Amino acid sequence: MISIIDYDAGNIKSVEKAIKYLGSDVLITRDADTILSSNGIILPGVGAFGDAMNRLSEYGLTAVIKEAVARDIPFLGICLGLQLLFDESEESPGVKGLSLLKGKIKRIPDNENLKIPHIGWNDLKLSGNGRLFDGIPENPYVYFVHSYYLEAEDESIVKASAEYGVKIHASVEKGKLFACQFHPEKSSDVGLRILSNFINLTKDGEE
Amino acid sequence: MHTKRIIPCLDIKNGRVVKGIKFVDLKDAGEPSETAAAYDRAGADEVVFLDITASADNRNTQLEWVRNVASKLFIPFTVGGGIKSVDDFRAILREGADKIAINSAAIMNPELISEAADKFGSQCVVVAIDAKRRENGSGWTIYKNGGRVDMEMDAVEWAVTAQRLGAGEILLTSMDADGTKAGYDLELTKAVSGSVGIPVIASGGAGELSHFYDAINYAGAEAVLAASLFHYKELEISKVKEYLRDRNISVRI
Repeated sequence: MISIIDYDAGNIKSVEKAIKYLGSDVLITRDADTILSSNGIILPGVGAFGDAMNRLSEYGLTAVIKEAVARDIPFLGICLGLQLLFDESEESPGVKGLSLLKGKIKRIPDNENLKIPHIGWNDLKLSGNGRLFDGIPENPYVYFVHSYYLEAEDESIVKASAEYGVKIHASVEKGKLFACQFHPEKSSDVGLRILSNFINLTKDGEE
Repeated sequence: MHTKRIIPCLDIKNGRVVKGIKFVDLKDAGEPSETAAAYDRAGADEVVFLDITASADNRNTQLEWVRNVASKLFIPFTVGGGIKSVDDFRAILREGADKIAINSAAIMNPELISEAADKFGSQCVVVAIDAKRRENGSGWTIYKNGGRVDMEMDAVEWAVTAQRLGAGEILLTSMDADGTKAGYDLELTKAVSGSVGIPVIASGGAGELSHFYDAINYAGAEAVLAASLFHYKELEISKVKEYLRDRNISVRI
């Protein structure tokens, strides 16, 4: 069973529906025991970094997430759910992130030819060894909606990147901790393949 | 590369797709989720649904088809029609829609744009504008109630206002071009897209491949929308994309 962490973030249903469509059991929950006993965890998110961290703290979920990652439960952050895994964001100065990975969340710089937020389909440059991207051909298109982007400190965790005036670190992987800046649940066949790769990773070790 | 988008539009009446669609493999072309999923397979980048019968009385019908669409469609989709309040926004977004298009409601209550943008983010607020050239030929005015009432407000000014209030996108339909298949209203599209910083979706008038190219390349549209052309398979989305790609416009193929 996969838990989707419920902290009142928008658009949580789309992730749930995609996971269901792929045939996996899924539950939207903020119950610590349920989350920690699941095979995989998804942290979705749309909205502001500061608000999201406040709500995670309010619901006691920051400790649960850290515990889950420490226990090596496969974990997938999506969009803001990627950004929250890092130390801090220019969107909400002074607010501490989950600090599970090292890097900065920065504002996409203004550029005459590019609109902010970055909304729409963009292609990914794959590092070639990202497990979420198993079976996905080079330069796949995925759907983005964001104004802030990741610049990871350790580039070896970056498994996909995109160009939008700057180089966006679009997907990371460290151990069983995965994250995507884009929305796999809105990225058609490519996105479904990414989610199904994640689901398969949650089945490792099962009978 | 960031890509330009090709968007089919489906009219929904009482929870059913109105126009027939010539996808042979569909069990029920009237079912919004089936039809939309077929468009996903055909290469659509997004789908827009305009619910032409939506009202407070049949809100549940609307929520039901939106819910069904969201369980089968894994590309972004927009829902328009009868949405008048922040609560309507919330209810439809909660079912899995990505964006909401508002037209008359935004004209009558511009604050709805800013309230919705504050609550849910600009990215999900699409202001739909129906515009028609003034009789004296100078510029365009906007119409409400499905093109029935001339508001005598300038279309470009209204688009700028909508952006200032927090709209994330303008869905711009030319009432003059709509249904003619003679091409998008390029001057209207250019006037609006040149005045706002948010994406403009050109709508109304697409009839052949070059029309899509002109709307993007000449008029500055970020996305191009068509309804009957795709419904009746007069043009395939993949053909449009190949045509654009061959002319150096970045598209998702």
